[in-house]
Amino acid sequence: MEIFSDTVLLARIQFAFTVMFHYLYPPLSIGLGVLLVVMEGHFLKTKNPIYETMTRFWVKIFALNFSLGVATGIVMEFQFGTNWATYSRFVGDVFGSALAAEGVFAFFLESGFLAVLVFGWDRVSPKMHFFSTCMVSLGSMFSAVWIVVANSWQQTPAGYHIVDKFGKILPTPYEYDPFSSGVQPRAEIIDFWAMVFNPSSMARLSHVLVGAFILGAFFVMSICAYYIIKGRHLELAKRAFKIALVFGMLSSVGQLLLGHWSADIVAEHQPAKLAAFEGIFKTEESTPAYLFGFPDAKSETVRGGIAIPGMLSFLVHRDFKTPVTGLDKFEPRDRPPLMVPFQMYHLMVALGMYFIGLTLFACFLMFRGTLFEKTWLMKVFVISVVFPYIANQAGWIAAEVGRQPWIVYGLLRTSDGVSKAVGAHAIVASLVIFTLIYLLLFVMFIYLLDKKIKHGPEEHHATTPSQDAINLADVAGLRGPGQGRLADAGEET
Amino acid sequence: MDLNLIWFVLLGVLLIGYAILDGFDLGVGALHLFSKGDIERRTLMNSIGPVWDGNEVWLVTAGGALFAAFPHAYATAFSGFYLAFMLLLAALIFRAVALEFRSKEPMLWWRKTWDISFSVSSIVASILFGVAVGNLIVGMPLGEDMEFQGTFLGLLGPYPLVVGLFNLSLFTMHGAIYLYLKTEGDLQAKVKRWIYKAFAVFVVMYLVTTIYTLFRQPQMTRNFIEHPWVWIVVALNALAIANIPRALHLNLPFRAFVSSCCSMAALIFLFGIGLFPTLIPSTLNPEWSLTIYNAASSQKTLGIMLIIAVCGLPFVLAYTAAIYWVFRGKVKIDRFSY
Repeated sequence: MEIFSDTVLLARIQFAFTVMFHYLYPPLSIGLGVLLVVMEGHFLKTKNPIYETMTRFWVKIFALNFSLGVATGIVMEFQFGTNWATYSRFVGDVFGSALAAEGVFAFFLESGFLAVLVFGWDRVSPKMHFFSTCMVSLGSMFSAVWIVVANSWQQTPAGYHIVDKFGKILPTPYEYDPFSSGVQPRAEIIDFWAMVFNPSSMARLSHVLVGAFILGAFFVMSICAYYIIKGRHLELAKRAFKIALVFGMLSSVGQLLLGHWSADIVAEHQPAKLAAFEGIFKTEESTPAYLFGFPDAKSETVRGGIAIPGMLSFLVHRDFKTPVTGLDKFEPRDRPPLMVPFQMYHLMVALGMYFIGLTLFACFLMFRGTLFEKTWLMKVFVISVVFPYIANQAGWIAAEVGRQPWIVYGLLRTSDGVSKAVGAHAIVASLVIFTLIYLLLFVMFIYLLDKKIKHGPEEHHATTPSQDAINLADVAGLRGPGQGRLADAGEET
Repeated sequence: MDLNLIWFVLLGVLLIGYAILDGFDLGVGALHLFSKGDIERRTLMNSIGPVWDGNEVWLVTAGGALFAAFPHAYATAFSGFYLAFMLLLAALIFRAVALEFRSKEPMLWWRKTWDISFSVSSIVASILFGVAVGNLIVGMPLGEDMEFQGTFLGLLGPYPLVVGLFNLSLFTMHGAIYLYLKTEGDLQAKVKRWIYKAFAVFVVMYLVTTIYTLFRQPQMTRNFIEHPWVWIVVALNALAIANIPRALHLNLPFRAFVSSCCSMAALIFLFGIGLFPTLIPSTLNPEWSLTIYNAASSQKTLGIMLIIAVCGLPFVLAYTAAIYWVFRGKVKIDRFSY
């Protein structure tokens, strides 16, 4: 079986699998993090205890989600070195420094203050706790900053030059020839801020963050809708739902503009990728945009699609005639795969439209005062939590597969970036290990999440020590009368 | 004083930070199964509960710093130690989720499984770090192209394994002293007995490892001879180690902990001095070794990174200290605990 000996394909599969699994968690940290700030802020301002109960509930879920983000995140940092060592040698200056900055400025901040957020309720003042919540939220967004800056540099490199191992500057675009060993080209920074603010980083960063906001909003709305259908925690659920809905609606609408900004930059700096996204084979006037379809490389058409004539020309060039660059302008070996980017891109956009429609409709009903009466709509919101997850993943798949065959666009091919010291067997082994571990983790995550949701917020949470101890004993698996005191419960279990 | 040297030192600082902080996390994990009963086990987990995540970030940052400052070393080491790193990742993942999952269900079998997971993963990670250090000391088969040419099993030679066990004993002792500070009553008395046992094992391993190193890789002391002031660190290290039982006897456990931290710092420092300026020696040909000069990124990048570190690290140290202060004192299990 060829796949078991193709180190490039195996490395790509492993990276895709591990990063997609990892990406289930940080967006919720980011989106829910903002909502935590809003909820706890409300509490500090209004002193209404319902907001405190609300915050404490969502923090528990946040903590579970965050720990899985951390566990799966270290894998990513190590994987650049383990499986993409040649790439790491090439981009160490650039990519490495962004990663190190992520550690210094973001990870310490969020992981540090997480301690107070989750464990420190009774140890610090409410204001200090709120400050910690803000720091965790800020830290999660800073993480996004640096990793998106690094990835954006892969898409639209800037602020660099390429040198050989003697420091001689090489002309770009330079075709890294894997067979002329000894050259060892490397990218060096010549302008740090140009590298950070490369052509695509700001557009993509805002797009990623708002994608996370949408996910956070829909996550909260889904759980709240569940409570509303069940008739539980109604006051809390309705208030939380409204906060999340406004946040989700503004994010969904904003995301359309941010998406357009990102696509504009792809059109300018990664034309091959846009051609794949939109299924444009030939560079000709009045380039159409397809609502959906199945691009076919052999016939060079988009089968079964509905095209809006001239629409892509308009979106890219602001007039219906100017041609948009098609795949014909690129050597076959420089073209990205077609089907995956096209479908993932269209899926993401379709879901984006769905988010706008659904949240606007729900807002309209909210102003009318009839939102929560519509059980069918609440059911829609319960299910709809999966869609932002899909949309976020689809967007990244489109972006990364659309960048192929490059690992650094125009500079280094993916096939040239893999680790030379790692054989196919080793990757198969690690892939199996990750699959098994992540399967276990996922099952645990869903199980514990479900349990926390079913348990619900603690509306009449304890303030007396005896109630505390009863809760503790309960959690410790000890039951029965007279075993409420911690001291009594100190015997062997 | 050049940027490469500065980054060698900074990398050492990050590793020392990691060892001091996650060292006691892993040490507590290694001791976990010696505690009995649900309350004791929860107490151990909650002694590190709020802080272990932030402690682990030192490893992540050290990895990122290695990538940025010495990308060839990062690439060679991580791809060369491939299966070892995968094993390490598995250990770190299981340590993390064991803490998170263990007390979420009341069933005995559930809690016991995660207790074992927590402990075994902590032990495996501690040994692997030592094995990595051991391999860096004796060198690895690196080719002219800077690539690792050996096998996974080749990394498990006798010397690296001894260093692995030494590291385990170091972290265990360190974890026990930390636990002493965080516990009270019967559990603390139990922990005190652990400290003395761990200390004894540590001292034996320290002597064994030192002698073995001098025998196996005498050139580790080459820099000591050229820079005699290094012997002061050796002496301070011995004093720090000796101060541990003394401080405990005088009922000054915090000083014992500080001594343990100093000892760790001294050991890593001596390791760094012994290696300097090499990062990964090549056993095939000394000219193919990775050094802080041939494995580094550009001077411009090292400079930018220095600015990032200088801007960021003071904040990190400040709020980390503040957060530890919030969680000072004995472990209290409340409704937020693990």
